[in-house]
Amino acid sequence: MEATSIRILKPGSEIRRITRFLLGELKPKGRILTPFNVITALIMLTGIVLLTIRFIWGLGSITNLSQDYPWGLWIGFDVITGVAFAGGAYVIVFMVYILGQEKYHPIARVTVLNGFLAYLFYAGALLLDLGRPWNVINPIIGNSFGVSSVLFLVAWHFLLYMLAELVEFSPAIAEWLGLDRIRRVLKAMTVGAVIFGITLSCLHQSGLGALYLMAKTKIHPLWYSQFIPVLFLVSSVFAGLSMVIFEGTITHKVFQHRVGAALHRSHDQIVLGLARICSGVMFVYLFMQLLVFVHERRWGYLGSGWGAWFLLEIIGLTAVPAALFLYAFRHRDLKITRVAALFTLLGIVLNRLNVSVISFKWYAAERYFPSWMEVVVTLAVISAELWVFRWIVNRMPVLDTALAGEARRLTLEREARSAA
Amino acid sequence: MDRRDYLKTMCVAAGSTLVGKNLAAQVTESGPAAPEQMAVLVDTTRCLGCRLCEFACAKANGLPEPDPDVDITVARNTSPSQWSVCTRYDTEKGSVAVKRQCMHCLQPACISACLTKAMHKTPDGAVAWDGDKCLGCRFCMISCPFDVPKFEYDSPNPKIQKCVMCWERLQEGKKPACVENCPAGALKFGKRSELLEEAKLRIYQNPDKYVHHIYGEHEAGGTSFLYLASVPFEQLGFPTNLDSTPYPEYTKEFLYAVPLVLTLLPPLLLAINKATGGEHEEAEEHSIIESEVR
Repeated sequence: MEATSIRILKPGSEIRRITRFLLGELKPKGRILTPFNVITALIMLTGIVLLTIRFIWGLGSITNLSQDYPWGLWIGFDVITGVAFAGGAYVIVFMVYILGQEKYHPIARVTVLNGFLAYLFYAGALLLDLGRPWNVINPIIGNSFGVSSVLFLVAWHFLLYMLAELVEFSPAIAEWLGLDRIRRVLKAMTVGAVIFGITLSCLHQSGLGALYLMAKTKIHPLWYSQFIPVLFLVSSVFAGLSMVIFEGTITHKVFQHRVGAALHRSHDQIVLGLARICSGVMFVYLFMQLLVFVHERRWGYLGSGWGAWFLLEIIGLTAVPAALFLYAFRHRDLKITRVAALFTLLGIVLNRLNVSVISFKWYAAERYFPSWMEVVVTLAVISAELWVFRWIVNRMPVLDTALAGEARRLTLEREARSAA
Repeated sequence: MDRRDYLKTMCVAAGSTLVGKNLAAQVTESGPAAPEQMAVLVDTTRCLGCRLCEFACAKANGLPEPDPDVDITVARNTSPSQWSVCTRYDTEKGSVAVKRQCMHCLQPACISACLTKAMHKTPDGAVAWDGDKCLGCRFCMISCPFDVPKFEYDSPNPKIQKCVMCWERLQEGKKPACVENCPAGALKFGKRSELLEEAKLRIYQNPDKYVHHIYGEHEAGGTSFLYLASVPFEQLGFPTNLDSTPYPEYTKEFLYAVPLVLTLLPPLLLAINKATGGEHEEAEEHSIIESEVR
């Protein structure tokens, strides 16, 4: 109590301490000239050059978008697929904070961080795709609320959900800065943010599918149905969790030194638990796909090349990984879990691109294929996200709750010293 | 979770209900067309394919003059610099010329897609575009069943380009430029209800001349450009797979579900949180931290 009152008395010194700390933290940690750094830096530099060209000469200068294909790789992959992959954040916080499954607590922070950055960068990539981005504040502050638009809903939910995820993650930032009192305030907001965030997620995960409801005559009948929103919502659950498994595998290797004892001890259990949930949800999803298949009378389309492509997505990259997840859980096989996660992710990429790009205007004479420049910009966005993720994980208590305890212990000691 | 958190959640829920009510009101706003909906009747049996409408359109809307030597037997689409195009189709009854432009739907997909109301209806029923509001997201292009809105991909300040039924001329009491300059009387401007009667009368009086279908009467919920033809419309390049459902209907159910989910899901989640003993969560985290520090 004494220590906190002293801090209130000297706000100046506290600000100076944080400034000095931040300046110290800005310095890079680890080797600079690694292959990863060199390659991603080159990609990002190329991306910046390409985006400069795009903003001077228009979208047509670097993209293959056309009057027939107004949305391409940047929307279909970066936004539609990226947001599905970020679905892990709302599922994990649902399990931890709503269902009280403490088992998954050690991965909550890293998942929320991943989700937040995914929204920041991939949904942020939406701005690159806007023809008139200077008007982007119109649907937010302007008097022009197009509330009958699904996109209006999605835009608002992106924004609010990013705030909710920031609140969910903020205790980690407070711990990093050693601001214990602020941390307690932020921590108290977590459950509220979680409830709000899950609600928003359910709506905009399905909302991304609802964007395509009016493209009724443009999407191949094997992919179009009035149930796209529900299918998008359900598939975002296993898309997100598969991403958690996939990312976790890499993160554990790369950031070994940052992984705490609690996470290290329980990680395999967590992955197997997620495998079980994935397989369960995937079988539900497959059943829904079957109902839609029957409801929309899709038999007739199976004979064509599109039918084979559809079966590749549904059988090869959904049913097979669902069975693999089940097998992996039964036999406690981590390797197969990872293979299944990878297959599932490919299946989600295929599904989202099939709806948004590949089967869109399937009858068109001139099909869209992304230019190499669109691909480089997408890779640049991913690279930037990885850099920010690495910066945060190397500094804040993300993978290790003990670091939080350590940070708090140090803060308390410092306060005790300054009080003396 | 204490009482304060509970109250906070309830406030959020209450707030979203209000938003939801507004939303429901807005969705129905684009409901049945106003009675004074203006329209154009295109009688393709009278069209000469002279393309004067194209030139008049370009002049009235400040667009570049169309290429006079273009081969109009090759199907063309409207473009950012040409809002109205005339194409000659080879049909079972010989060559038929058709002018195409925005159909000006009664309940347009583009308007219900637009998140800033940049696409809007003028009092006469024309569908127009407002550049001060538009983000350039191109969702209108995704949604339009006729693929009418066109985007300027080669401009740093791109616009959405489409026929606006000369809405400024209409407000001055004039007719659209294409109608005024049609030398063959193939285009007729007037109230939609009256033009529909006129079209039906023409079919009734000349049952062998016309196919018994007015394109635009029901397509996509009805459009303001109405077409008469001597051959089935698929031979003239019209999309014939559109049913009579107005396009905003396709997303209405989803949008109606939004306020319900926003109001019902938070209390449900809160209840589950309470039921599973969520208030112990903080304490448990501390025990994890302590066990790790030790």
